[in-house]
Amino acid sequence: MSHEQESWQHDYELPSERGSSRIVLDELLAQLGRFGWEQSDIFGVHLAAEEAIVNAILHGNQLDPEKSVRVACKVSPRHVRIRVTDEGPGFKPETVPDCTREDRLDMPGGRGLLLMRSFMTTIEYNDRGNSVLLEKDLDAPPAAECDETADESDGDA
Amino acid sequence: MSQYRRIDVSKTGDVTLVRFQDKKILDESMIEEFGAELFGLVDLDNRKAILLNFDGVEFLGSAALGKLITLDRKVKSHKGRLKLSNICPEILEVFQVTKLNRVFDIRDTEAEAMAAF
Repeated sequence: MSHEQESWQHDYELPSERGSSRIVLDELLAQLGRFGWEQSDIFGVHLAAEEAIVNAILHGNQLDPEKSVRVACKVSPRHVRIRVTDEGPGFKPETVPDCTREDRLDMPGGRGLLLMRSFMTTIEYNDRGNSVLLEKDLDAPPAAECDETADESDGDA
Repeated sequence: MSQYRRIDVSKTGDVTLVRFQDKKILDESMIEEFGAELFGLVDLDNRKAILLNFDGVEFLGSAALGKLITLDRKVKSHKGRLKLSNICPEILEVFQVTKLNRVFDIRDTEAEAMAAF
């Protein structure tokens, strides 16, 4: 862990257990507060990070105790970067159905990806689909104008 | 079900009023209990009119949303009514982003929701 004046960063290796996201989130949220982030922005980062880590533990590693989830965080006054990587086979985010479609609105699952996209500036999966990069840039224009992954026409909101 | 760990349940007239004991509804085991206690109101207690007052709740994610959607389906299948109130602006945005504000009857205040039953 390094504590520099302008940024904080830390790498974690989490067990594939329910609730282990707490290990990251308690410190990440405290650091965002320390760097002066507004509560509404902290909420968005919290939501996105929680969804990404829970997805990695449950869907990626499928709670396999032999597998871990790696989380790399970097926080500065106007920017946060979080990479979450599991040891699962990966998935193709474009195949996740659009949960905002009228006929799927009352289906219980499938909203984590949409929430990550909505509350962060950038969300990028690697080719294998087992590692996601989340970024929030407080100086970026609204997501729909600068992030093509937020385009509703991509079939997976 | 009479012993609750995640919710507080009271009754006003015909309406069952539910409040939440946790500020943050996020831990997986917590969400399972949260869901089981809510579903019991319909499946076990046969409550027909339920108001969820989110006063004090600061965080919920997609897993908790899933439980609320299942609850809504259960209530509708029992020909009951479900309403939500006192949702903080950040969580309200979650409902709007996911378009679940179209699925749920969301009111600003408990009094407004009670009057709408």
